[in-house]
Amino acid sequence: MNLFFHLGRYFILIKRVFSKPEKLSVYFKQIIHEIDNIGISSLPIIAIISFFMGGVITIQSAFGFTSPLVPLYAVGFTARESMLLEFSPTIVCLILAGKIGSNIASEIGSMRITEQIDALEIMGINSAGYLILPKIAAGVFIMPFLIAISMFLGILGGYVMGIATGACSSYEYIYGIQAFFEPWKLYYSFTKVLTFAFLITSISSYFGYYTHGGALEVGKSSTAAVVYSSILILIFNFLLTQLFLT
Amino acid sequence: MIEIKNISKSFGATKVIDDVSYVFEQGKTNLIIGESGSGKTTIMKLMVGLHSVDSGEVLYDGLNFPTLGVKEKQEVRKKIGMLFQGGALFDSQTLEENVRFPLDMFTTMSKEEKLERVNFCLEKVQLTNKNNLYPGELSGGMKKRAALARAIANSPQYLFCDEPNSGLDPKTSIVIDNLIQSLTKEFNITTIVITHDMNSVVEIGEKILYIYKGKHWWTGNSKEILKTTNPELVDFVFASGFMKEVFNVVKK
Ligand SMILES: Nc1ncnc2c1ncn2[C@@H]1O[C@H](COP(=O)(O)OP(=O)(O)O)[C@@H](O)[C@H]1O
Ligand SMILES: [Mg+2]
Repeated sequence: MNLFFHLGRYFILIKRVFSKPEKLSVYFKQIIHEIDNIGISSLPIIAIISFFMGGVITIQSAFGFTSPLVPLYAVGFTARESMLLEFSPTIVCLILAGKIGSNIASEIGSMRITEQIDALEIMGINSAGYLILPKIAAGVFIMPFLIAISMFLGILGGYVMGIATGACSSYEYIYGIQAFFEPWKLYYSFTKVLTFAFLITSISSYFGYYTHGGALEVGKSSTAAVVYSSILILIFNFLLTQLFLT
Repeated sequence: MIEIKNISKSFGATKVIDDVSYVFEQGKTNLIIGESGSGKTTIMKLMVGLHSVDSGEVLYDGLNFPTLGVKEKQEVRKKIGMLFQGGALFDSQTLEENVRFPLDMFTTMSKEEKLERVNFCLEKVQLTNKNNLYPGELSGGMKKRAALARAIANSPQYLFCDEPNSGLDPKTSIVIDNLIQSLTKEFNITTIVITHDMNSVVEIGEKILYIYKGKHWWTGNSKEILKTTNPELVDFVFASGFMKEVFNVVKK
């Protein structure tokens, strides 16, 4: 019952978000602002996490592959596959759900409780479109770049740490990350990223937009935004994986 | 002119607005007064459609607002300026951007024209040269005035002000009252002001609607209100010792 209520209201909101904008130039400015707010500001955390996770995955797999039957380039191969298929598209998006989701929900939520959204409506502006569309557009545009950077830095981290700790040799690692590469897997990864970007930005906006009450409720909305974005990322991760890989 | 006809509104089981009718005239400052919690803000929000009416009509020059479609409502709203009780300035924008916002959205003015208009409005509310401050850097009274500047930026035909001078010092308060009244006269606006400040009532109360517990309780003007014998209104008007003094002097 509650689920259907939220679903219905979510889709009605999304429909309002995608109705014709009042003035394109204003929206364009907002999108640029959001790309900075959502995307660029998330770069440092993503860079650090990806580099270290790539390194650790490499060391762990080198440590695990002790059988003489496993070729040494398997370490590089494993690092690449883990980063490309799962770590960057899914785990990094889950981290972004925490960072971006709470940011969006609390921003829109506090605009709701201080009547700024009412003020937009009174001016004859479609507040849902004005506030939410730029966030979704910016998220869907910038997140694939963030994830691509994450993939690159993860594999680089594997190389640097692998060599530094003596877990593998430079030649083996580079051979490994090139071995058996199937480009279509990138379609799979980036389809996931685009889906997750839409889910994070739209779900968080939804919870922010329907905040009622005061500061306490803004906090609750922001928590709900992170929890529900994360759960839906996991569900869609499963569905898309079934769709692509079976 | 805006006419409300028999509007009612309940939140859950409590009836907050009960069958209120009134005509807000063009070119006049129409006041809604009443104790806090009596339903003044709710009436205003019903009129602009931020709450939906349970029953009754809200006629903007004959057009029944609650029955309009989304697009038609937006067209009417472009002619509305509204000052919210809490100001509702956009936190992420400077004062200048706030006031310019309706101009950016709905006019084809050039940059220079917009800046000129923004400065004109800021000057009217005595906030000259505060263009680049953010709402977080303003005092409560300054926020109110900035919000008023934004409300009048795009030359509205209908101006709604929810307690424009609560939180202002008496001097600025009078400046704002006079500003609202002179704008009303100059541009022939239909102005609706919510207040519980008796100073404003006496100063600019050309038409007054007194709301008591969500009901239309008394109507009149600033002269008549001082002679009222309506017991609830007498309680409201002469709540302060100062007003009682004034009243006794007037009676003699
Ligand atoms: N959105 C709402 N939901 C439930 N009750 C509300 C809502 N808005 C106002 N009320 C109630 O309606 C009554 C009138 O409120 P309001 O119109 O804000 O009074 P005021 O005359 O002080 O502006 C109050 O009792 C308030 O608690
Ligand atoms: Mg009020």
